[in-house]
Amino acid sequence: MKYLEEFRDPDLARRLLDDIARITTKHHVLMEVCGGQTHSIIRNGIDRLLPDEIEMVHGPGCPVCVTPLETIDKALEIASRDGVVFCSFGDMLRVPGSGRDLFSVKSTGGDVRIVYSPLDAVQIARDNPDREVVFFGIGFETTAPANAMALYQARQEGLTNFSMLVSHVLVPPAIRAILDSPTNRVEAFLAAGHVCSVMGYEEYYPIAEQYGTPIVVTGFEPLDLLQGIKMAVLQLEEGRAEVENAYQRAVTRGGNVPAQQMLADVFTTVDRNWRGIGAIPRSGWALGAGYEAFDAAERFTVTDIDTVESPLCHAGEVLRGTLKPDECPAFGKECTPRTPLGATMVSAEGACAAYYLYGRFKELEATP
Amino acid sequence: MTIEDWTCPMPLRDHPRIVMGHGGGGQLSAELIEHLFVPAFGNGELTELADAAVLDLEGSISFSTDTFTVHPRFFPGGDIGELAINGTVNDVAMRGAVPRYLSVGLVLEEGLPMAELGVIVNSMARAAAHAGVTVVTGDTKVVDRGHGDGIYINTTGIGIMRDGADIRPQRATPGDVIIVSGTMGDHGMAIMSVREGLEFEASIRSDSAALNHMIGDVLDTGGDVHVLRDPTRGGLAASLNEIATAADVGVLIEERSIPVDRTVAAACEMLGMDPMYVANEGKVVAFVAAGDADRVLGAMRSHPEGVNATIIGEVTDTHRGVVAARTPLGSIRVVDMQVGEQLPRIC
Amino acid sequence: MCLGIPGKVIEITGEGVTMTGKVDFDGIVKEVSLAYVPEISIGDYTIVHVGFAITQLDEKAALETLAHLQEIEAVAIELDPGAALAAEEAIAKGDE
Repeated sequence: MKYLEEFRDPDLARRLLDDIARITTKHHVLMEVCGGQTHSIIRNGIDRLLPDEIEMVHGPGCPVCVTPLETIDKALEIASRDGVVFCSFGDMLRVPGSGRDLFSVKSTGGDVRIVYSPLDAVQIARDNPDREVVFFGIGFETTAPANAMALYQARQEGLTNFSMLVSHVLVPPAIRAILDSPTNRVEAFLAAGHVCSVMGYEEYYPIAEQYGTPIVVTGFEPLDLLQGIKMAVLQLEEGRAEVENAYQRAVTRGGNVPAQQMLADVFTTVDRNWRGIGAIPRSGWALGAGYEAFDAAERFTVTDIDTVESPLCHAGEVLRGTLKPDECPAFGKECTPRTPLGATMVSAEGACAAYYLYGRFKELEATP
Repeated sequence: MTIEDWTCPMPLRDHPRIVMGHGGGGQLSAELIEHLFVPAFGNGELTELADAAVLDLEGSISFSTDTFTVHPRFFPGGDIGELAINGTVNDVAMRGAVPRYLSVGLVLEEGLPMAELGVIVNSMARAAAHAGVTVVTGDTKVVDRGHGDGIYINTTGIGIMRDGADIRPQRATPGDVIIVSGTMGDHGMAIMSVREGLEFEASIRSDSAALNHMIGDVLDTGGDVHVLRDPTRGGLAASLNEIATAADVGVLIEERSIPVDRTVAAACEMLGMDPMYVANEGKVVAFVAAGDADRVLGAMRSHPEGVNATIIGEVTDTHRGVVAARTPLGSIRVVDMQVGEQLPRIC
Repeated sequence: MCLGIPGKVIEITGEGVTMTGKVDFDGIVKEVSLAYVPEISIGDYTIVHVGFAITQLDEKAALETLAHLQEIEAVAIELDPGAALAAEEAIAKGDE
């Protein structure tokens, strides 16, 4: 595909890797914030090709992983109700709540449907006026404009049988929370490219300055990732802490203004619990003024939720970068993609699942 | 094929949709057999309408069964009918047998349009004729509306083992060359393109095909074929993992060598899926003694189903039980089995 | 997070919040919302996430990035005499 394949060129990747090795003189800890980047790094084996001095820590940028257990349990409860059509992105179906997931809700009669876009859920609501259609509105800043548009259209049309269970999370407050942690090891961040396509990267300047931490806006293909890593390493080597953009074809400093206007209209900033991490102030979006009627959590009174997180799960430390997935005592034993204890073992780009899928067999490195 | 094309459609025209009586064993059942199944599958055994078929067989047989529930019933490049024939024909052929006889069991949902059934049954007949197999026995049941998904089909197949054929997963041996007969993921993505909620416009067609003639030619080369597998559900990744586990050998593939149609690749990108995990219905993975790889490739490429056949990797005596892939960048990663169905993802 | 795929706009209908269009991803055509890229024209590339164009792809920047990466290659070849030789041979072959 155009503008995808060119950025996977193995020869150019090797040159970039050589370049990175050449400029690296000491140990650096980098975090890619975004789960999509984690996926690409592991799938292309980039982590194995980097110099030993560079340690990539996989960040919390996977909505599937950080959506709070309470919200998942609410979703499961709503999806089980008669008359409800529960629509979700495919990612959320296998995420464990307290003891079950959306697949098991479906197996016991819940009408759970995978959609590609939130507008598909709005269409299902139009087509089924006698059913309550609920969309699971999760995601980071990239996904929020789509969910906002679904809500906007539903309100414009006066659709009374559509609602959304909203649990949006925001990247900059998460980066701050990681940097504020006393056990933090991360020295530089690769900021999530598509989040910045929407939001721009103005917000990162004060963070880079305050914490003295380089932040490089980075894309998803191997060359994008290597270029982002190279720019971050170069900053660390030269003692700089700036905001740079390694994903110029998709990101401008100001971001997507029409999308930002819609977000401001539909959502309001709130404190948010991150699964495994805890509460981060002003790190989420909830439905704003005028959209209260579309709040699925209000429309369906959900009580009696008793959230139980596995005591064996160390997903929080993994998401903060203080523990590598394979250092968790449950990794590959009690916790596997078949029997996930935490969401990080479920999603394809959850740090634990990624490690399990692609990195479990270290002896393979000896394969010629 | 429309209802007008049936051999003697008059009695069936009275029932434009399947009713419970079509599975009841009475007159309606008999009409279905007489006016639809016998004309479609017509052959000596079936027309006798006895309780069971009697077959003259000699030597070892290969015997396999599969049930087909695909939704939607009609998809780009095929339908549930030809899939049900080709699927079982292929399973039988994967052991090195010549597929000969099939049984067909139909579970119909009350209300299924008769014309659709006609199309599906005739598509089965065409596929069976093409594969050179005979449908010798069958059964039809009808379930209440809402208790089925239009139509489910079970087919069971019998094939006669070729002399000396010993083809099974356990025979994968270090040094074997791994060949796939064509592009990966076509069927799964063709289904995905018409799946409710995910629809997209594309020229992707299912690869549903009977492979017995091609496999026959491959075995006729005399090449030392150790394993044949059709990478259906779970795709190439599942097949390779099953073989690596069964034979306790390592598998190393070159990711760049795996043939993937451009459009299928684009669809996979769009939905966040990996073609290695997407189903095929007309492809084979072959594990072959290294010295015989060229002969096998040549035989495959002489068939339309195998024109894109290519070598994708080899069997190793390291990392036993594990499938590894060399990425285009040159590093090695593990290719595990999917836990469940591969789902479109947003991240 | 955030699978975003580049595609080419081949059809535009509607305007404002209902502006939609067909985007071609190398043979796959999908109807997507163009509400957030109101300036986009037919033939432009965009990045699509969950059925929404989230930004216009800057083709000039893409080519510049690639050109910049090619330069790294040139520098690296200078540092590596073996590779430089191979490159010269390749060029010589190309001339034939």
